[in-house]
Amino acid sequence: MTTQHQIRRRAAATTPVLLILVLLAFVLLVLTFGDRSTARMATDALISVTLVVGFWIFAGNSGVISFGHAAFACVGAYVSAWTTLRPAMKTMLLPGLPAWLAQAEWPVFAAALAGGAVAALLALVTGAAILRLSGIAASIATFAFLAMVNAIWSNWTPVTGGTSSVVGLARYVGPWVALGWAAAAILVAALYAHSASGLALRATREDEVAAAASGIDTFRHRLLAYALSAFFCGVGGALMGHAIGVINPDAYYLSLTFVMLAMLVTGGIGSLSGAVVGVVAVTLAGEALLTLEHGVTLAGVPVSLPPGSQQILIALAMILVLVFRPAGLLAGREIALPVRWVGGRRTDSN
Amino acid sequence: MSLQLVFDALSLGGIYAIAALGIALIFGVMKLVNFAHGQFIAFAVFALIVPSANAVATLGIGALPAPLLITLVLAIGAGLAVLAERLVFRPLRDASPVSLMVASFALGVMLQNLLLVTYGGRPKAVSLWAGLGAPVPVLTAQVPLLQLIVIGAVAAILAGLALMLKRTRIGLEMRAAAEDFGMARLLGVKANVVISGAFALSGALAAVVALVLVAQTGVADVRMGGQIMLVAFIATVVGGMGSLPGAVAAGLLIGAASALLQAFLPPEARPFRDAFLYGLVILVLLARPQGLFAPAGAKPRV
Repeated sequence: MTTQHQIRRRAAATTPVLLILVLLAFVLLVLTFGDRSTARMATDALISVTLVVGFWIFAGNSGVISFGHAAFACVGAYVSAWTTLRPAMKTMLLPGLPAWLAQAEWPVFAAALAGGAVAALLALVTGAAILRLSGIAASIATFAFLAMVNAIWSNWTPVTGGTSSVVGLARYVGPWVALGWAAAAILVAALYAHSASGLALRATREDEVAAAASGIDTFRHRLLAYALSAFFCGVGGALMGHAIGVINPDAYYLSLTFVMLAMLVTGGIGSLSGAVVGVVAVTLAGEALLTLEHGVTLAGVPVSLPPGSQQILIALAMILVLVFRPAGLLAGREIALPVRWVGGRRTDSN
Repeated sequence: MSLQLVFDALSLGGIYAIAALGIALIFGVMKLVNFAHGQFIAFAVFALIVPSANAVATLGIGALPAPLLITLVLAIGAGLAVLAERLVFRPLRDASPVSLMVASFALGVMLQNLLLVTYGGRPKAVSLWAGLGAPVPVLTAQVPLLQLIVIGAVAAILAGLALMLKRTRIGLEMRAAAEDFGMARLLGVKANVVISGAFALSGALAAVVALVLVAQTGVADVRMGGQIMLVAFIATVVGGMGSLPGAVAAGLLIGAASALLQAFLPPEARPFRDAFLYGLVILVLLARPQGLFAPAGAKPRV
């Protein structure tokens, strides 16, 4: 016998599958018809999916906005750089690394995992303090955490290279690698959202007081989601570095925070599909605006936007979304197969 | 040496307190954590100079005599804040604090990029009131004149604001709105007046911070409001969200802690001063998660 509940769970399970299939189709389309620059764009978009879905695991389920997730991307990127750069390069650029790290030449996959793991560990330690605060105060504290990480990374020159860039990272990240990690992030996010902890966390999002009264330990579930989400942001940061081959602390600061927030808010913070749709929408809009900034010819008339207007217009669009469609494009709904497709005929027991 | 330290702590803490008040005033009336406050500060800084991408700025408003200049910059700060309220935050009045916060962040990015497009990205040299750097002997210490003026001005502003909040009608209405906005409206407090008033005050306070920053550093930089806004945020959290005296006290405390760290940290650790400062703040919050001066009723009762 299949209960209504099981059918709904089955329908919900189609969400990550559908999302991954859409992204797969996107990659195939780009690789078949696009050139090098569209492949680049697809890679960037898929890395953003990893980052934003990672971000959603915490922000979407808990309802607490974090401004600190770019810092996890920063840590992940540098951990991956420390463990994969050639030793000769490291003695030159980063003389302050401890000997075992200076000699390390890890495979890139292990390095990405390490980047995520260190970010998650950092999230556990700092989250233990930050997440004891109430929602809004916790958001502010994550902002302080971001500034703290940026201050350390910009000044700890022997180990991080300071504000100058670290160059020479292996550029192994293309559309397929990025798709693999994006798919992993989506699967884990969907699994977490439907786990006991994910459901408890969503309950605290809807009503913190009622959830506490029902015996839910808000702090514990927030901390778990925070660490899990930091893992994927760490991995996403490492992928960013290995996609362009260069990293520096300011690439992982306010502008990345803004882009991640814009994507999540545009798509809708309430659902996993919203996070993915937001990445796609903002990436496409950004590309279109960038093309316009470089200038196009419309009906024989050259048209171009003044340089720098891309960010202004994306910020404006974000405010308009908040005013006119506060729950985002998807308004908290998930992309899923309709219940009657996955349920089949309902069989009654006799 | 130690007297000098007292003056450093007071002037730095005073500026932090003014910035924190700017954040706390708006949070009090509409539960908005204003992430655009740093850009209000930067905007007021750039209002002083003529738009151009040159490395050395030509003073526009900044060349006017001081009383006129100060009035004008305060008015610009207040006007910008009121405009932001009218265009961005009024349509969002019923939105959740989280949406408000995200919207203010987007507004900040927008303002920053507008400044970048208009003035270029490089920091500019601005010589505003260069004579104020001259040291003045006070008892055993040599104190820059600017520090004395800052301390005096902060004291005057705090006293004036306290009087306004305690004695005038709009002050009373603001405190009532901060306490319970719905109830205040039922009793005849006009929401638009109170909220616009809070934004105007907050914008004017941002302009005060801007003037002090320019006079101190002699630089106009698009990013210059960011660090001070962060400290102001931290001060409002440490002071207890929604408590104005708490924000002021915490701003002063953080200024003092910052001056002490600067003086007593070993030189090789000084670049990390802010990291130590934020670390200290996290320790304080671990002990008192609701802040040092949390207003009663800030925590929902189960």
